[in-house]
Amino acid sequence: MGINSKRIIEVHDLTISYHKKPALWNVDFDLPEGKIIGIIGPNGAGKSTLLKAIMGLLPMASGYIKIYDQPLEEIRNKVSYVPQRGSVDWDFPANVREVVTMGLYKQQKWYERTSQKDKENVESALEKVGMLPFANRHISQLSGGQQQRVFLARAMAQNADLYLMDEPFAGVDASTESSILDLLGAMRDEGKTIVVVHHDLQTAKDYFDHIVLLNTRLIAVGPTNEVLTPQHLQDAYGGKLTLLQEVGELLQKENIPTREG
Amino acid sequence: MAIFEFLSFDDPGTQIVTIGTVILGAVASIIGCFTFLQKRALIGDAISHSVLPGICLAFILSGTKNPYYMLIGAFISGWLSVILSDWITRTSKIKADTSIAIVLSFFFAIGMMMLSIIQHSGNVNQAGLHHFLFGKAAAIIKEDVVMFLYVAAIALVIIIVYFRAFKLYIFDIEFAKSIGLPVKWLDFLLTTLAVLAIALGIRAVGVVMMSALLIGPAAAASFWTGNLKKMLLISAIVGSLAGFFGAMISYMRPQMPTGPWIIIVLSVIAFTSIVMGTEKGVLHKWRKRQAFKNKVLRENILKIFYHLGENQEDFLQPRTLQELIERRAYNKNEILKGLNQLKSKHWVDQTESNHWALTKQGNIESAKLIRLHRLWEVYLSEHLNIAADHVHDDAEAIEHILTPKLQARLESVLKGRTTDPHDKAIPNLNKMDK
Repeated sequence: MGINSKRIIEVHDLTISYHKKPALWNVDFDLPEGKIIGIIGPNGAGKSTLLKAIMGLLPMASGYIKIYDQPLEEIRNKVSYVPQRGSVDWDFPANVREVVTMGLYKQQKWYERTSQKDKENVESALEKVGMLPFANRHISQLSGGQQQRVFLARAMAQNADLYLMDEPFAGVDASTESSILDLLGAMRDEGKTIVVVHHDLQTAKDYFDHIVLLNTRLIAVGPTNEVLTPQHLQDAYGGKLTLLQEVGELLQKENIPTREG
Repeated sequence: MAIFEFLSFDDPGTQIVTIGTVILGAVASIIGCFTFLQKRALIGDAISHSVLPGICLAFILSGTKNPYYMLIGAFISGWLSVILSDWITRTSKIKADTSIAIVLSFFFAIGMMMLSIIQHSGNVNQAGLHHFLFGKAAAIIKEDVVMFLYVAAIALVIIIVYFRAFKLYIFDIEFAKSIGLPVKWLDFLLTTLAVLAIALGIRAVGVVMMSALLIGPAAAASFWTGNLKKMLLISAIVGSLAGFFGAMISYMRPQMPTGPWIIIVLSVIAFTSIVMGTEKGVLHKWRKRQAFKNKVLRENILKIFYHLGENQEDFLQPRTLQELIERRAYNKNEILKGLNQLKSKHWVDQTESNHWALTKQGNIESAKLIRLHRLWEVYLSEHLNIAADHVHDDAEAIEHILTPKLQARLESVLKGRTTDPHDKAIPNLNKMDK
């Protein structure tokens, strides 16, 4: 990590298991502030799991995570999460503006109407992602790229310092992809930190300042050009079942009888 | 006639029954919207069958049919069924639908056994307990209605206080967690409301049918609106209507169980909504398709005029029906339908009985279409390298759906082009006299 940038996320000795099978194993790293950071790795490497763990959405088997040297609970309103677009039902009865306003629900009391300031916040977030003309449109009528923009607008309305985005580039059209990139760049220039789960190795070196390379365990972390070396990529994508993964499979198998018994 | 007797509400008993079923229908269907959106409709069915053993146990313990004891018994066994089926789904390989089916039939079987034991016990109070299966609205008494009101008030307060939280929780649970909403508590509240709504309906609608009153109105409402608040309102109206009819029928035909009647009324409303609904209804979609087909027809006729005009270098000359038909595979009736639509837009005039001509505006519209068609052909052949003899059919389909924004982009990409890939002139709209 550069000496001139502050540490924003500290992941310490993190282990996460699904049904006893480790999805992340002893992962330990720090991330710098004010960068666009990619989480890269093959399918099943635990990329989304890591993001969810940082957001406090998953129980940890071991380790801890701190943001600005504090536990998440203390600093939750500084962190914004953008889930995978496919994780929700877009037939839900709501329009674009309503979904973006959801970013502010935590601050709003049940008896309050949405304040003028919040409304302006929502409009400006919609504007930034180019969805203002569609503000009153029902969300079931959106294309994949537009759905992704709505999710980004919802996050931007939160005015956080740290953004955690799960696959924002997956399945969007080329123009959305480039406008999302511009948006992330503008956010970074404002001093925000953006952590992005990304599946496409080809584009990774152009998109990110800093990379976390994962495959169940941490392969490498650091500035993009230092991480994306042939040796590291071989380690992450080599395809050989490492001893670690084999032990993981074994753990899971051994546990099936105890769960059903 | 019985129906007028009912509608006059002379009998205080009728008033109570009607007020009761209307409140019940409204409360159940408002709560049901959330259950429906959670995609937990089947759980509703499991709960409604599973309240039976609770009711029977409450009767055995208390010896009376006091509505509050019944409600508590129903509430407890309903909740137990949710916990059990969720537990089975979570800890075994059995999927949710299967575990719900298992729990539903297990609880219902226990309930039926208990019911038959009670019926043979000789307890005089047990008369009418069997109505809890299929419901008897006429059996509603004042105490029931008061209880409905209490529960309705509690449910409404919870829904108002937690409205935004419920909405976000149901739409996007991960995001709800990420901003720190208490998702377990919200889930508990929603399940409790659903169990409560079902437990409320056991006397009037019956355990077998009650889940339909929970889900049916919400499903119907979803075809009319894409707004959650409006959905709650429409659902409440549908639910109260079903309740009202249930009361009426129960008054006119006291021998018949009420539940099935309520469900039949509800089903008619639901089917009507599926067909007629303005949001997602089948008819609405069909009309949209029809409108598009008409637009294509009109635009194609305009193009026929243009092509004829292009050949003879006179765009405004009247054409006979025969001339128009020869150019394209439309029959006479279709062409006439399209011409009449164009006439009402003042794009076409009927000059004589069998002669039709473009107006000036019609001429401009036809030139616009041709321009779009030919520009698109140029784009396909030059930018996408599609052979010139293949581009026509693509352009034919695309010209009817291009939005003004895409059109502007197409124009700017192909600035200055004057001919299409078949060397036909692309009409220049600026040079046309308006």
